[in-house]
Amino acid sequence: MTTITFIHPDKSSQTVDAADGDSLMLAALTHGVDGIVAECGGNAVCATCHVYVDDAWAAKLDPVSDDEDALLDGTAAERLPNSRLSCQVKVQPSLAGLVVRIPDKQS
Amino acid sequence: MNPTGLSGAAVAPAIPHLAIDPFSYAFFDDPYPAHQEMREAGPVVYLDQWNVYGVARYAEVYAVFNDPLTFCSSRGVGLSDFAKEKPWRPPSLILEADPPAHTRTRAVLSKVLSPAVMKRLRDGFMASAEAKVDELLARGSFDAIPDLAEAYPLSVFPDALGLKPEGRDHLIPYASLVFNAFGPPNELRQQAIERSAPHQAYVTEQCQRDNLAPGGFGACIHAFSDSGEITPAEAPLLVRSLLSAGLDTTVYGIGAAVYCLARFPDQWARLRADPSLARNAFEEAVRFESPVQTFFRTTTRDVELGGIVIPEGEKVLMFLGAANRDPRRWEQPDAYDVARKVSGHVGFGSGIHMCVGQLVARLEGEAVLTALARKVGSITMSGAPKRRYNNTLRGLESLPVTFTPA
Ligand code: HEM
Ligand code: FES
Repeated sequence: MTTITFIHPDKSSQTVDAADGDSLMLAALTHGVDGIVAECGGNAVCATCHVYVDDAWAAKLDPVSDDEDALLDGTAAERLPNSRLSCQVKVQPSLAGLVVRIPDKQS
Repeated sequence: MNPTGLSGAAVAPAIPHLAIDPFSYAFFDDPYPAHQEMREAGPVVYLDQWNVYGVARYAEVYAVFNDPLTFCSSRGVGLSDFAKEKPWRPPSLILEADPPAHTRTRAVLSKVLSPAVMKRLRDGFMASAEAKVDELLARGSFDAIPDLAEAYPLSVFPDALGLKPEGRDHLIPYASLVFNAFGPPNELRQQAIERSAPHQAYVTEQCQRDNLAPGGFGACIHAFSDSGEITPAEAPLLVRSLLSAGLDTTVYGIGAAVYCLARFPDQWARLRADPSLARNAFEEAVRFESPVQTFFRTTTRDVELGGIVIPEGEKVLMFLGAANRDPRRWEQPDAYDVARKVSGHVGFGSGIHMCVGQLVARLEGEAVLTALARKVGSITMSGAPKRRYNNTLRGLESLPVTFTPA
């Protein structure tokens, strides 16, 4: 289990104990965190699982693949340098304490 | 008992044998009792009518979708095994391909139909839906299948693809043929193939580069042959994939959504109160009705699934509609709920073959349902709906309705 904090657009936050090996997207969905729609269920098609990773963490994640990069160009909310698709980030102990912000819209 | 007539060891003894024919008119009229019978019989069943394995529970459907090396697509995603039978048309370079060939063609269609491309199409698709709904409100009473579920996609998709205006009336019959052809050699499949020649000729011709308007999906696919991602010979066949899978599916999807809203007034009221639910209401209709009901895979080795050993070279039929209503996965699976957290449904498939056109489908669905929610006050059925029969697609032939303005 790894502790992850999701911050909503209204600044409220939810901290969850996510199962290692799950994606961030699945962690959000299984713990009732709203705002990550994940229309394609994690198959890297939809870009509706967009999150902003806290700057302190951005460099610690696996790099963005070409596919993810192309999808991020189509996010509904503005793409920022710390934008990621939460279905492409795997929960692991090295991410303990990770903070991600959820954008105000996904489609 | 061994229905294949092969050695007794070919079929594990524990597997439930069922007499259900999932390609019969009686099944199409009401598939739900049979779906439940299959789900309850076990994680894997054997359908004696067509000598195929079947999976109807969510977990096993998901597992088969997500193990494409064991459950392959290159031997056909219909009943016909391309290793034994000549395909009725040259196989699809994406749907009926396995990695690594699939990886290459899939990358091209993913770029052609990406979220960034949808952003550019969005305003036009929304405006066309508003115009269509205004026109239907002026008429009051009409048939929601031809006049909305077919008319709307026909007003946006062929243009987005870049097709010529002439001959578009071949599109729906061609797609209906493709989806009937995934089924067994029953009347639906045989008749569709017998009548296929003119539709095939039209489609083959329209897939050529010269016939596709600049800026459309078709021209974009051909452009990838200039940069070498695909060969010039492959491009027309990839355009064909969009002609096969991109129009009729959304006709059935939009038809399903309108049928849901006409049947469940409480859900229609929720959508009207909050039109931002439109996209989810469409997605939930895709789960609830599962316009694409089934796809096959073929085993590439002996494999254990749900405690049953399936030998190499067997056809496995996935019931998407049954998985999407599996009570092991879904709360109140038989309720249409416009606000349901619907992520994870398999109406668009799952894994490497998961619908590459799903963003187009959702954009169309969202556009139509948003326009309905904003402009229409009530939707009432003004006659009995009539079912349309297809070996793969589930939907209606006719849905007489009356709209009143908001
Ligand atoms: C509500 C509408 C739609 C539904 C329910 C639907 C359903 C599906 C399903 C279940 C699959 C998976 C097939 C498999 O795993 O063997 C699929 C694949 C596919 N769909 Fe869709 N589809 C829809 C709309 C579209 C549209 C609009 C397009 C094109 C613009 C499209 C193009 C494709 C293609 C090319 C594939 C093959 C992808 C691959 O094999 O990698 N579909 N679709
Ligand atoms: S869930 Fe669709 S891209 Fe992440």
